Amino acid sequence: MKKILLSSLLICLFAVNAYALSEAYKNNIYNPGALKPRDSVLKVKVGDAAPDFTLKAVSGKTISLKDYQGKKNVVISFVPAAWTPVCSDQWPGYNIVQDLFESHDAVMLGITVDSIPTLFSWTNQMGKLWFEVLSDFWPHGAVAEKFGVLRSDGVSERALFVIDKKGIICYIDVHDINQRPPLEALVRELEKMQP
Amino acid sequence: MKRKIAVSILSMAVLLMAAVCYAEVNPPQVGGTFPEIELAKPTAPAELQYLGLSGSGFFKVNQIKSDVVIVEIFSMYCPYCQGEAPNVNSLYSLIEGNPRLKGKIKIIGIGINNSLYETNIFKNKYKVQFPLIPDGDFKLHKTIGQVRTPYFIVVKLKGGKTEVIYSKLGALGDNKTFLDQIVKSTGLK
Repeated sequence: MKKILLSSLLICLFAVNAYALSEAYKNNIYNPGALKPRDSVLKVKVGDAAPDFTLKAVSGKTISLKDYQGKKNVVISFVPAAWTPVCSDQWPGYNIVQDLFESHDAVMLGITVDSIPTLFSWTNQMGKLWFEVLSDFWPHGAVAEKFGVLRSDGVSERALFVIDKKGIICYIDVHDINQRPPLEALVRELEKMQP
Repeated sequence: MKRKIAVSILSMAVLLMAAVCYAEVNPPQVGGTFPEIELAKPTAPAELQYLGLSGSGFFKVNQIKSDVVIVEIFSMYCPYCQGEAPNVNSLYSLIEGNPRLKGKIKIIGIGINNSLYETNIFKNKYKVQFPLIPDGDFKLHKTIGQVRTPYFIVVKLKGGKTEVIYSKLGALGDNKTFLDQIVKSTGLK
């Protein structure tokens, strides 16, 4: 009896856990439910030189952070995992504001701990993305770990880092993993950057 | 005995809660009413005028000055909504360009989990001419069954009452066919 009551309660609580989700993904999104908002300790802070990294991109390119030094401001968007609710509703928003990034001489690098094939399938549902999507799959989560945003279960936090042309970290938002960071907060930070 | 009473009360509470949740997760059904949810009034005078509203604060769908309201549930972050935007814009133009329908059918978009900044991004990007209203805290989304996006609900208004005549997930398809269907269903002349 207790089990039935508990199950009913859990189903009910699950049912009210609202999230917007595009029909683009049909029923292919796995909902992990509410997670611990934050589960890592940052290893960098604003004012630090961003740790360099080199990762493979879905586009086939190999991308290093240092490639942008002296050329572009960089926004790094770590999202926890492909095929999950909030992540699937985050990058498509950035995809329609390329002009906002460009007007601040910034590029975006999207990073998850998923493999390239998984990222390929997932991002294909988002339409053609203008930014590079990088795989931090192997060594697993090594770049997330360098920044201090690798969670204990092996996925990354939902985190934004803004890095200027000198390679210095200007803004960090390790967001509640269950929520999408508001776009305006990121744009406010971009507006502070030197073009 | 006390245990039995406690279990009975708990069971009833769970069933009641489940019933409330069940009611919340159903999208508006054709033939039913549209939820009486308060939405933030747009601030642009042209948009207020389009809806037949004035002042600031909140409004309900049944207060819109129109015979029919097409409600698009969307998100700035939804790729399908982005792809569907030109089609909905074209539907708006079809209505506004038809003297028989202009003023009788209005469109509003409700941006689920979008801030005003984000709905404005969508509006500017796709040059949307009808009002887009943010639902940043999922208030509306929870009352219409947490539908995926885009989701379209067409509401017939009469004497302050609402009747849902269309409620469907996904793209509209051919907007002329859609419009003909709406005109036929509502008996608009």
